[in-house]
Amino acid sequence: MPSQLVAQVTRRLARRARWRPLEYVFWLAALASIFLFPGRHLILTEIAWLGLFALSLDLILGYAGIISLGHAAFFGLGSYAAALLAKHAIITEPVLALLASGACAAVLGFATSFLVLRGSDLTRLMVTLGVALIMREIANQIPEITGGADGLQGVIVAPILGMFDFDIFGHVNYAYCLSVLFVLFLLARRIVYSPFGLSLRAVKGNPLRAASIGISVNARLVAVYTLAAFYAGVAGALLAQTTAFASLDVFSLERSADLLLVLIIGGTGYLYGGLIGAVIFKLMQDWIANLTPQYWQFWIGLVLVLIVLIGRDRIGQWSGGLRALAEQVVRRIAPGAMSPLAGGSGKEVAGEGH
Amino acid sequence: MPIVLETKDLEKHFGGIAAVNRVSLQVEKGARHALIGPNGAGKTTVINLLTGVLRPSAGRILLEGEDITALEAYRRVRRGLARTFQINQLFLDLTPLEAVGLAISERMGTGGQWWRLVGTNPAVVEEIVEILERFHLTDAMHERTGNLPYGKQRLLEIALAIACRPRVLLLDEPAAGVPEDERHEILATVAALPADVTVLLIEHDMDIVFSFAGRISVLVNGTLFLDGPPEEVARDPRVKAVYLGESLDA
Repeated sequence: MPSQLVAQVTRRLARRARWRPLEYVFWLAALASIFLFPGRHLILTEIAWLGLFALSLDLILGYAGIISLGHAAFFGLGSYAAALLAKHAIITEPVLALLASGACAAVLGFATSFLVLRGSDLTRLMVTLGVALIMREIANQIPEITGGADGLQGVIVAPILGMFDFDIFGHVNYAYCLSVLFVLFLLARRIVYSPFGLSLRAVKGNPLRAASIGISVNARLVAVYTLAAFYAGVAGALLAQTTAFASLDVFSLERSADLLLVLIIGGTGYLYGGLIGAVIFKLMQDWIANLTPQYWQFWIGLVLVLIVLIGRDRIGQWSGGLRALAEQVVRRIAPGAMSPLAGGSGKEVAGEGH
Repeated sequence: MPIVLETKDLEKHFGGIAAVNRVSLQVEKGARHALIGPNGAGKTTVINLLTGVLRPSAGRILLEGEDITALEAYRRVRRGLARTFQINQLFLDLTPLEAVGLAISERMGTGGQWWRLVGTNPAVVEEIVEILERFHLTDAMHERTGNLPYGKQRLLEIALAIACRPRVLLLDEPAAGVPEDERHEILATVAALPADVTVLLIEHDMDIVFSFAGRISVLVNGTLFLDGPPEEVARDPRVKAVYLGESLDA
């Protein structure tokens, strides 16, 4: 009897990390978008690195409960690092430069993680905001290295792996960003379903109890903050490499705040929130900017207010409805398919198909 | 019997108030030791000092002869000192299965692994099942902890501490708030704890204390006021006076 139970528990635990049908749909749609929308690759590139940036914030906010209003500090550092590495031909191969840029951001993440270990959400908002402001001012004060307010120009990015050259239509850019996003997503997915990932959720849920079952709360927070900084640095590096440019606004408060908005739109704690949020945010921004070029921030602001007033919960219910619908469809197409993606997920199919 | 847990002149001040005042407590190995006292006597503060949730203002804490006064809470757990809380401190969004598994993994030192998926370590899974069965939680193991009935949450509170496989277990009013007809389940699990686990119990209910404890310490106004076997404590007129709310000097 107990061995039966052991087998049952093992199966049940193994099922946690299994790929859901909707996840396949999401990534197949992303892959298809390369071929279906060749004229939209520039905005899709932006969506890809923004999605990665939001995934980074989700790792600390959705899984460890650390809120940040200064995540651009890591994004910006990664961005400048990639631009400088390319400009001075220190590391020319873009993938290696990407890793190096992420590593730079991770070092900053590790160093500043100790500032967010303690304190309330408000303290963390202010501390992270402060770090980003400091980074921006440093970049501003060393124009001989960063180009200061003019931005860092004259960046020439070498072909990826020595084979694929970046083009002005963004075809290679998009395939590159999407590949990087996918690989880092796989890694993040592995991590959140590991004992480490589970312990993060425990730390977020009840740090007092987490310590009382032997979890080193601080060590876990430092680790995930450093990891998230690496992700953000890579996202920033992708921006720099695909635009061959870096400017002070990579550190801006607006960038950090937009990122929170992206996660609020998509939802936290299930990894796809940042990706779906990035799709919706960018398409909405693009659409509104086309309608009323001068007032798009007004509409973005209005959407933010509405989302917060209506509440994430209710949006979760809507997407729950969408999810149920999608589940029915999947069941009809592929009978016997199991439960779908957790969380508010029905949207990504619609979002990706725009 | 050797002393396994000991405090030496332990003190904790909150502002000008001495919540714990020069408490020197000795708990023997394998003991069933109860710490009693009226409301506000400082019992929970003592537990918080022992477990590292609070830092003492003065004094020392020894676990198996080693000074752990400056040790962080999680390190004390790894040294075999686990606790339960008077007010449930659970992971409401996790299932009992996940929570117990987490505690076991941490004890085995595999809780920080990020390359391995949860549930792929057979040793962990076997122990999860064993503990959940012992605490009658197998029916509820897949449910969100926040949705469990209070009695089940109370059992999980103890199960999590046991999953740390403590050598010394501090139970802070394990039956607090549990209805009369569900108490026996919790008390039975407490009574069935392995004999080599040292237990320090904080309790209000005198029936529980006298049916369980082999030694009793009485804490009043933050001071250790009496320490002895149950018969002696039961006989002492001052203890009765304290519990009836009379002045100590009488």
